[in-house]
Amino acid sequence: MTSKPTVLIIDDEPQIRKLLEINLAGKGYLVKQAASGKEGLQMAASHLPDAILLDLGLPDMSGHEVLRKLREWYSRAVVILSVQNNENDIVRALDNGANDYLTKPFRVGELLARLRSAIRYNDTNANTQLIEAGDLEVDLGARLVMRSGDVLKLTATEYSLLALLASNKGRVLTHQFLLREVWGVSFQAETQYLRVFIAQLRKKLEDDPNRPRHIITESGVGYRFQ
Amino acid sequence: MNPQGMSAKKTNKMRQFLIGMTSVTLLSVACYALGDLIDYRAVALLLLVAVSILAVLFDILPVLAAALLSAILLNIFFIEPIPHYKITDTESVLLFLVYLFIASVNAVLTNRLRNQEKKIRDREEKENTIKLYNTLLNSLSHELKTPIATIIGSIDTLKETDNTIQSVQRMELLSEMEIASTRLNNQVENLLNMSRLETGTLKLKRDWCDVNELVFLVIHKLHATDTHELIFDPDETLPLFKLDSGLMETVLNNIIHNAIRYTPQHSTIHITTAYDETHLWISIRDNGNGIPEPEISRVFEKFYRLPNSGTGGSGLGLSIAKGFVEAHGGTVQVMSYLNKGTTFTVMIPAETSYLKSEKDDE
Repeated sequence: MTSKPTVLIIDDEPQIRKLLEINLAGKGYLVKQAASGKEGLQMAASHLPDAILLDLGLPDMSGHEVLRKLREWYSRAVVILSVQNNENDIVRALDNGANDYLTKPFRVGELLARLRSAIRYNDTNANTQLIEAGDLEVDLGARLVMRSGDVLKLTATEYSLLALLASNKGRVLTHQFLLREVWGVSFQAETQYLRVFIAQLRKKLEDDPNRPRHIITESGVGYRFQ
Repeated sequence: MNPQGMSAKKTNKMRQFLIGMTSVTLLSVACYALGDLIDYRAVALLLLVAVSILAVLFDILPVLAAALLSAILLNIFFIEPIPHYKITDTESVLLFLVYLFIASVNAVLTNRLRNQEKKIRDREEKENTIKLYNTLLNSLSHELKTPIATIIGSIDTLKETDNTIQSVQRMELLSEMEIASTRLNNQVENLLNMSRLETGTLKLKRDWCDVNELVFLVIHKLHATDTHELIFDPDETLPLFKLDSGLMETVLNNIIHNAIRYTPQHSTIHITTAYDETHLWISIRDNGNGIPEPEISRVFEKFYRLPNSGTGGSGLGLSIAKGFVEAHGGTVQVMSYLNKGTTFTVMIPAETSYLKSEKDDE
């Protein structure tokens, strides 16, 4: 990317917008702001930002509606800001195409990291064959997973699950999404499969499966590979 | 009031009518059988006693109905001519009217007395609510204002002494603000949780939950490794349980956080998980000073805090933990020995899944 990446903030709280602006501008982003859903949609269309930070609680229309309208034409990163840990809300937004989420109050460091990873997701694409994360390498072309250079023995289901998580590195994938993609639509509610296989994968991938560094649990929402 | 309460009240009233009528009728039948032994005046007195007892126990309408029925029964079966509703001599007419009058007045007066008592009780209840509300406000304003004061104070200091302040002090003030904000956020979370419990809007979202993973997550988030030794021996055979993982995280966090807060530095906190066919067991055992006998029963009370407890804390954590466990149909028990330590045991009935990944055939 040659010019500064543009970020659009859609949030009705002036204090949050100010805080975000100071931090994002300081990190070299070009910051645009909108205080309502309607304004946000207009500015998204006129500025074509690289990423949008969208608050779910807007005065004029719900953040979900803004997201739905955005996703009709906007395919770049959308990161959700939500006031409290309302998992239903977050899962809904992620299933409707949000790339990631943060709950207020959030830590600025975390926000910047999530934003970076969401914008990176714009550039990469599903074509990437080799995904690296620390000591792990997932080679989608050869269907191989290596840990510190050694090939790991994974079952077919473990591999499908890991490949899906890895090709969405940095993104939260919801329980329902993972179950649907790996096991099939009729397994969407069978979260016990997911728990068991994630535990198995962690035993093979992680140094300490109880303190996972690669497959991170997002309580009540899903999993994230990093 | 919810519709369920309404219908329960209705059936209760129906029952009162039924019991009132039946007891008066049964008494009349008994007296009729003993007709040779007792005079109709004695029967009138006996029926009056029955109506009086009913008046103490039941609402006004069922009692009045029973009184009326008893008067009619008295008239038909005990006052000449028998069995007939007509009354011939004046004395009997007088008896009937006086009976009806006394029975009704009895019912009305007793009812009034009861209403008055209820009013007093209601007022006392209201006063208690106000008292609780005041305690809440006091506790709250302290708990919320202290961190706010810290934040505002630190900001003022940072602003005014912009260039003169040393960078070490700057960092100190900033980390004070960080601690205060986290505390503020925790309090707000506690209050939201409490209100979810109090208003009954809490809905469980049960899903398969890896309890060992949850315990590790909570321990990790508490960042207490500098001050306390947290030991968790997971039972590796623990199945998945169908629980609300969000609520369970709060339960574990609050109990463990409580153990950290009320034990001296470098105390050890042991966490164990276990299960049987129907229940999940989690115990959190510390080797702190223990809780004195009189206080032990009060630790789950709202806004209750141990007399020797230092600053911070709203007295809500354990009562929220208990509420969330009870929402799952479980119990929390506490055992404490002075100078030896305290153990909290959470027991929750839950569906288990033994699904193992062996099913993934290669």
